[in-house]
Amino acid sequence: MTFLKVMTFSLAVLFTYTLFANVLPQVQSNPPAEEEPLAAGDLDMDGLIAWGERIFRGKGTCTLCHNNLGRAPDLLAVNLAKEFSERMADPRYQGAAKGATGAKAVEAYIRESMFEPSAYVVAGFGKKGSNDTVSPMPAVDKPPISLSEAQAHALIAFLEDRAGLDVTVPLPTGEAVADNAGTADSGGDEEEDGPATTAKAAIEKFTCNACHDLFGSEAGAGPKLAGVGARLGRDGIAKAILQPNAEIAKGFEADIMPKDFADQMRIREFDLIVDYLMTLKAG
Amino acid sequence: MSARRLIALGALAGAAALLFAPDLAAAAGDAVGHGAPAPQPTAADYPRIGSLSGRTVVWVFAQMHLFLAAFVLAVPIFVICIELAGVLTRDPRYDQMAHEFMKISMAAYSFTALSGGGLMLGLILFYPMVMGYMTRVFQGQTMIYALLFLMESALLYIYYYSWNALRYGNRKWYHMSIGLILNTVGLTLMFIANAWATFMMSPAGVDPAGALTGSVWAATRNPLWNPLNLHRFLANIAYGGAIVGAYAAYRFLSATTAEERAHYDWMGYTSNIIAVAGFLPLPFAGYWLMAEIYAYSQQMGITAMGGVLAWLFIIQAVLIGTILLAANYYLWCGLGRTDEGMRFGRWVKYIAVVILGGFLVWVTPHSLILTPAEVQQLGGTHHKILGPLGIMPAKNIAVNLMLVFTFLSFQLFYRSSRTPSVSWAPIGNAVIVALYGVGCLNIVGAGIYGYVTPTVYKVGASVPQVATTLSIIVFSAIIDGFMLRGAKTSKVHWGRMGQRSQYALFVLPVAFTWLMALMGYIRSSLRTHWHIYTIMKDASPESFIPTIGEAGNIITMITLLFMALIVFIFWLSRLGSTSQPAPAATRSVEAEA
Repeated sequence: MTFLKVMTFSLAVLFTYTLFANVLPQVQSNPPAEEEPLAAGDLDMDGLIAWGERIFRGKGTCTLCHNNLGRAPDLLAVNLAKEFSERMADPRYQGAAKGATGAKAVEAYIRESMFEPSAYVVAGFGKKGSNDTVSPMPAVDKPPISLSEAQAHALIAFLEDRAGLDVTVPLPTGEAVADNAGTADSGGDEEEDGPATTAKAAIEKFTCNACHDLFGSEAGAGPKLAGVGARLGRDGIAKAILQPNAEIAKGFEADIMPKDFADQMRIREFDLIVDYLMTLKAG
Repeated sequence: MSARRLIALGALAGAAALLFAPDLAAAAGDAVGHGAPAPQPTAADYPRIGSLSGRTVVWVFAQMHLFLAAFVLAVPIFVICIELAGVLTRDPRYDQMAHEFMKISMAAYSFTALSGGGLMLGLILFYPMVMGYMTRVFQGQTMIYALLFLMESALLYIYYYSWNALRYGNRKWYHMSIGLILNTVGLTLMFIANAWATFMMSPAGVDPAGALTGSVWAATRNPLWNPLNLHRFLANIAYGGAIVGAYAAYRFLSATTAEERAHYDWMGYTSNIIAVAGFLPLPFAGYWLMAEIYAYSQQMGITAMGGVLAWLFIIQAVLIGTILLAANYYLWCGLGRTDEGMRFGRWVKYIAVVILGGFLVWVTPHSLILTPAEVQQLGGTHHKILGPLGIMPAKNIAVNLMLVFTFLSFQLFYRSSRTPSVSWAPIGNAVIVALYGVGCLNIVGAGIYGYVTPTVYKVGASVPQVATTLSIIVFSAIIDGFMLRGAKTSKVHWGRMGQRSQYALFVLPVAFTWLMALMGYIRSSLRTHWHIYTIMKDASPESFIPTIGEAGNIITMITLLFMALIVFIFWLSRLGSTSQPAPAATRSVEAEA
């Protein structure tokens, strides 16, 4: 009898753990997808930039560290044009773009940062004990990231575009390049579907309709937006999205709406949302 | 020089030689293998046997081998300590208990070897190219491993079977010397196996293509080797203590005499102390391991703590929380063993609030996977109050306070049978209270600092917290040690424990077993789709990281298998001490003769 009681108790404990493991969010992490040849001419410059963004958030695993948690410079938040020029002018910088200026120099700087991360380490971001001489970042062309040349070009194009510079890297050329323009994922935990192309898609992508009554969601956690176009105007709407705590609508609390849409949205998506909200004139 | 000293010196020399065994292996490894890169298997290079999942087969054997090896390596470590306590205190109960612990582990030894053989067979069958490469890297060392395994077997049998022959006087020291060599061989075995496991995570001594560039020793001494050595050493002790505790609890529940109940109550208490003693420093060893993982590869660290595996740490919190709750509950029940114990009972509810509160903070997740409707209901992506409890500073406060208060539970029980008689006892008590008070404030303060500092410094903020926790434990134990010298002692009524308290001792091994398997799954998954991280890709159809549910089901299956085996081992152990009474006819013939 003692044996039965002990076993029943132990099995109950065991199955409680099992049940708990089964009710948590279930995510299977797959290895990167098989690469498919990408024919030359498949991409225009916008496509190359969009591909670069997908690599930034996916296969490149850049967002694991380049985010707002302080492990590496937050490339989606900082003014990249200003940062690039300041770093290239830093007396500690002795790299390939030293003394050079212009878009090609920035390309050389970005390329060097990706392929030889320890060539120049931004102050405060070096490996512990290295006095900012060794970067914790892996070279992007080496395992486990292993970007191809074309993928690296796409990433550079994306960063140049973010910095407001002309893209200087060439489009993929030749018979075919063995690169994957898809959403290969090498362990990053984010999925990127590419930029939204309609206002509805953009609003759903950033889950605006979860809190605001948009597209029939009847949500009430955020203020009603009917008539917002007439009420706030373009600048007011833009400010409300980018600095949601600047003015709080009566009856609502601060710090509910995410404050990082400036980092999350592409300019095109931002414009789509603002344009749509401007159409909501009737209150 | 006396024979005893000679043997002790010999044992120490042997220990030193074995600790440097990897260097001996280096000589063999240096000779061959240079230049050839690691093979890069394709899906066709993984043999298939029907619809059998090669990964699951290897997973089950590896985990079973780890459970059993952890148990049989841990028991001799604390057995020799108990044996020494018996010699120093001249209390024969220690020796008897140490012998009984060994008896339990002996039956597990052959199963350890069997599961190890099964693991090797599974690896050769399903992952021949990986095994080929690993053997090429570590070849000299594998021979030493086999040799050590033989030595371990011989020493274990000699240690156990010579127990009664070498029990008293100088002979006892000979016996303990054998135990010392046994433990040295056992630890060296574990360190070598750890080198193989950590090489797969953080390869060293090879170039980016996997060709050997250094010695076998360079591959052995990879960045994660020592952190894992320490982590497993402590975890094994805690695990071994938990398993023998379950044995003691079962014997307590089925005891028929008061004497038997008293013996197994004492054995259960000692086992719980061993488990808690091994467990208290374990989170700090875990911090070190994780810090080294981050230092080796920031990506690997983030994959563990902030990526696809992050939810597993919530399960880990549940498991560790139940372990601490069970261990504390057992200690609180133990206050009833002494007549003075109940005067400390009034503090139990406050300790319980801290432990339970810490547990709830620890299991609070930060990032929730929400539907738009849930976001709307919650009013944002994070809960306003619970969200901040989901990040590391809150969890660091919680875990450190849980450890401090677990030690307090033990200290209260220890005090319950001792009244200090030194004149400075009031001052000593006041210092201990101040130590706890200031320490707890420091732990909370450093945690709050963690909220207002960038992420990179958050980890740094945990160091003073850890130091504070260890300081409270060490210094209050030292003060107690001096203050309770010559203390007035009252009788401990061993056996005066309720049946319910014993069930806490069953929670420990179940939770530990599940926890060890979970952490093994996490550690292996950190390599993502690589056999050897960044060097040799896993191209098999099973190179994905399974979902938590799928992994949980396999972990439960392995735990069930292990539990069945342990029940069998306990049964064998009891069978060995059971004698059939002589038949009546035989007795009468004997009487006539």
